[in-house]
Amino acid sequence: MSVMYSSITKKIWMSLMGLFLMIFLVVHLGINLLLLFDPTRELFNEVAHFMGTNPVIQMFQWVLFAGFVIHMFLGVVLQIQNWIARPKGYKVKASSEESVFSRYMIHTGIIIFVFLIIHFANFFFKAKVFHSIPEFVLDGTPTGMEDMGILVMKLFELPEYVIGYIIALLVLGFHLDHAFQSAFQSLGINHRKYTPFIKGFGHFYTIVITAGYIIIPLFIYFSK
Amino acid sequence: MDLKLKIWRQAGPDAEGKFVHYPVHNISKDASFLEMMDILNEELVANGEEPVAFDHDCREGICGMCSLYINGHPHGPDDSITTCQLHMRKFKDGETIVIEPWRAKPFPIIKDLMVDRTAFDEIIQAGGYVSINTGGVPDANAIPIKKENADLAMDAAACIGCGACVAACKNASAMLFVSAKVSQFALLPQGRVEAKRRVENMVAKMDELGFGNCTNTYACEAECPKDISIANIARMNREFLMAKIC
Repeated sequence: MSVMYSSITKKIWMSLMGLFLMIFLVVHLGINLLLLFDPTRELFNEVAHFMGTNPVIQMFQWVLFAGFVIHMFLGVVLQIQNWIARPKGYKVKASSEESVFSRYMIHTGIIIFVFLIIHFANFFFKAKVFHSIPEFVLDGTPTGMEDMGILVMKLFELPEYVIGYIIALLVLGFHLDHAFQSAFQSLGINHRKYTPFIKGFGHFYTIVITAGYIIIPLFIYFSK
Repeated sequence: MDLKLKIWRQAGPDAEGKFVHYPVHNISKDASFLEMMDILNEELVANGEEPVAFDHDCREGICGMCSLYINGHPHGPDDSITTCQLHMRKFKDGETIVIEPWRAKPFPIIKDLMVDRTAFDEIIQAGGYVSINTGGVPDANAIPIKKENADLAMDAAACIGCGACVAACKNASAMLFVSAKVSQFALLPQGRVEAKRRVENMVAKMDELGFGNCTNTYACEAECPKDISIANIARMNREFLMAKIC
């Protein structure tokens, strides 16, 4: 998927991977929200254990990695080509773009990437590489499952982590708000009847995802 | 009206350019923007200075020759018009007007505010036509065409190829122009025959010439003097995808 491929091919792959990652965000949010509904963490840990051990999910994990890598790589390639296409900029900056967020996709993308590295270091690597997560003990009985829930709870008791997480999620929201309708446009889906719905649903999706993820650290922090 | 102009001056394609300040006085608010430029040039010539080079031809908004990036907008602050249709009443007395050339790697500056837009001609040569054998003139009504498609094709064909879309786009992408040209043919039965080859060749040429990639900011649509819709870009993406798959 290098520079050889046409601009539209790159855009189509970019949008397909983006849509795939958006579906993943919904699944991830669904699991995270379990922490709010079950203070014993049993439900969350069971699902986390299932996600971490199920062979189908394990296989999909690599598809997800590939999705992230392709999306980010293409984003960088497209951006570099775009910078090259205008070697000298204007003195008076344009102000005609419809969406403010569309101008800063590479910037929000880089912030999300940095957040992702921190997120991996905090959760994924601890679980998969270092195996440093304590065993989940329910009512004095060891369950044989890792206590992913306690890891989340402990991190969200730190105010600096909560603030950082909220900022990262707001940036993700800015990215998603443009990305949702943009993905459909790149795939050639633009219709006077359906495009207003896609745009509206994109805003709705963005708000639900962003607010959904942000509620969790706030709830944990203020109920500690 | 008295105005302060800040104009990009560049002696030639490889020369170093810079902004030069020119005050202009007693400009009628009913003058067109290009008439105001003419008045400035007459003064410059009278003073033995080099006039400002800028593109123009029909001066009625149909030839696509005029350009100019005025105060951050291709074709100036008004909607749905070209620079030659812009009037000075859109500006305030005493206002500073910054005039820049289209900025894009495939549109090199020839002189001052004139840019070479041959790149668009090359894209058209790559596929923006229908091949028709010579012979008798076919009956215009022999091929039924849906009214909706005829209208959409006509809307796309309104593109005058001025390059404002490239100038407005933060990525210097030519997608609105190319998609308008692809669409005007793709919507009509006569254009379907070569549709696959056309979209592939025109997109390949667009990429080869070094235009940027579309990131769906829709600045092109907002600035287009002919109101070409970004629905054309989606149509081209569809056409391209189907051409590659099928």
